[in-house]
Amino acid sequence: MAKILMKGNEAIALAAIKGGIDAFYGYPITPQNEIPEYLSKHMLDLGRVFLQSESEVSAINMVYGAAGAGKRVMTSSSSPGIALKQEGISYIAAAELPCVIVSVMRGGPGLGSIQPSQGDYYQATRGGGNGDYQLIVYAPESIQETIDIMKDSFNIADYYRNPVLVLVDGLIGQMMESVDFDKPVKERELPEKDWATNGTINHPGRRNVANSLHLDPYGLEQHNIHLQKKYNLIKENETAFELVNMKDAEYVIVAYGTMARICRSAIEMLNEKGIKVGMIRPITLWPFPEAAFDEISEKAKGILCCELSMGQMIDDVLIANNGRHKVGFFGRSGGVLPDPEEIVDAIVNFKDKVVK
Amino acid sequence: MRVKYEKSKGLTDTPLTYCPGCTHGIIHKLVAESLVELDILDKAIAIASVGCSVFSYQFFNCDAQQAPHGRACAEATGIKRVLPDNIVFTYQGDGDLASIGIAETIHAANRGENITVIFVNNAIYGMTGGQMAPTSLIGQKTTTSQDGRDQAHHGNPIKISEMFATIDGVAYLERVSVHDPKHYIKAKKAIKKAFRYQKEKRGFTMVELISTCPVNWGVKPVDAMKWVASDMIPVFPLGVFKDKGATNE
Ligand SMILES: Cc1ncc(C[n+]2csc(CCOP(=O)(O)OP(=O)(O)O)c2C)c(N)n1
Ligand code: SF4
Ligand SMILES: [Mg+2]
Repeated sequence: MAKILMKGNEAIALAAIKGGIDAFYGYPITPQNEIPEYLSKHMLDLGRVFLQSESEVSAINMVYGAAGAGKRVMTSSSSPGIALKQEGISYIAAAELPCVIVSVMRGGPGLGSIQPSQGDYYQATRGGGNGDYQLIVYAPESIQETIDIMKDSFNIADYYRNPVLVLVDGLIGQMMESVDFDKPVKERELPEKDWATNGTINHPGRRNVANSLHLDPYGLEQHNIHLQKKYNLIKENETAFELVNMKDAEYVIVAYGTMARICRSAIEMLNEKGIKVGMIRPITLWPFPEAAFDEISEKAKGILCCELSMGQMIDDVLIANNGRHKVGFFGRSGGVLPDPEEIVDAIVNFKDKVVK
Repeated sequence: MRVKYEKSKGLTDTPLTYCPGCTHGIIHKLVAESLVELDILDKAIAIASVGCSVFSYQFFNCDAQQAPHGRACAEATGIKRVLPDNIVFTYQGDGDLASIGIAETIHAANRGENITVIFVNNAIYGMTGGQMAPTSLIGQKTTTSQDGRDQAHHGNPIKISEMFATIDGVAYLERVSVHDPKHYIKAKKAIKKAFRYQKEKRGFTMVELISTCPVNWGVKPVDAMKWVASDMIPVFPLGVFKDKGATNE
């Protein structure tokens, strides 16, 4: 297939189809509506399952059911809707079921706005659900990268038996880019889903149960230790990031998604001014690419964390930096996108204070 | 030697966790027997809800999922849509279904999801220690309505079968009780019919079972059975509320 021009949300939907999605359950919310709209038509044409649920709460529990039954299942939503899904996400992670969740962030808190934002970094990486669980969180910066991640996402979820969250902002959902759906996906040897609750007729002599209840404290602790081992394996294998112009960089920007794109322009402008600025662009937000911070030159004058929020990823930047360099913060929120000049200015007048 | 009574093959060997005199156990048996008699146990997926029956995923001798509080019908929908030839049923208490999970249940019914809901109404939150349920009776003393449920303050007991009878997607809906052998036999018939309808892909089926909670009602098991007849059934009258075309047994 040649390159085609496609809107972000529709590309997410088509990439999910290419990635082998069996079922989609979701509830409408701007700015992600084109995902269910596209799937409502194409999934049925393909003889697969699409169902508009009565709420996000219901959608995520439909996902829980179908994931437990061994199918490749996805839901998508935006900030307040993802908030409603958190209980179900915690259950799914606890029961170690694979699924894909797409979150197209909008401005918050509360009903907020429908403009692009990165205000849900905490929601994605810390979770609003209860307990010690992690999602594998991807934060692509372009539609092409979103497609590549979406196509791989069901494999990753199946491989680790863990929910994968693809976190984009409304801009990526709404813009159009020229994209290629034929890039090869990483080969993974996937374990058989011999745990699926699809009736003992399919696995005689063994009852399969999807469950997150462990009333015995020692039993639950063992389960948590088991989960933690898996999370450590994910950290080892799946942490992804891009380094831009890092050699001898005087300043290093840390940014993801749409903000990283804006920062790319700012970095060019700064280089023209003779200020060497590099960038660490986390592609996975969890696991956070801590190792990338070892690539920062000892002589660097500072790190600037740039976000479309009042400062959330900054926490992980401070942890990863571990006191080695001065750290500053630049953020716009509420759906406001900064001009690259604002970031240029923040570097030129670098302040090693994290004033949010 | 002739075996006169046997535990149903539809139940595992795990001992039930219910209190003495609690009719959750009887209802388990009726569900298990129905699955075996209709030869659908190996296709069945039980959804355990949150309540005293939370461990039912250990009791029904089939595949199972344990749902968050109130979400059983959503989870059942998610499964049934991808496995339409399996048998999917939820087992839910009145707090789970009629309070926190009423939206999921109404919409599953309205979509005519081809699932079966076993709705165990004991007019109380059993598991959490006897708080008021949406189904608690007027005047009923619970730990959160210590002077008795007051209509002006708490509203009236919610009548799920009456409400759901108005929903087109419902294929079969009956309210039954298990407080004596006569009613128990009727209850079994209702449960079996609901599962048979699901097997025949007729749509949403629900059986509401009036059940006891002697521990949290604060009465002896025998008196709990009597209270069902004297107090609960007048508020929750038994009968078929919906049956989209009876078929041959
Ligand atoms: C989200 C959530 N809220 C509250 C609870 C606590 N909780 C556990 S069981 C229960 C009530 C169950 O009552 P019912 O459904 O009537 O079942 P019964 O125990 O009476 O059979 C509640 C409120 C919970 N587990 N999850
Ligand atoms: S608390 Fe009530 S409902 Fe729960 S097992 Fe005991 S008697 Fe049954
Ligand atoms: Mg109850």
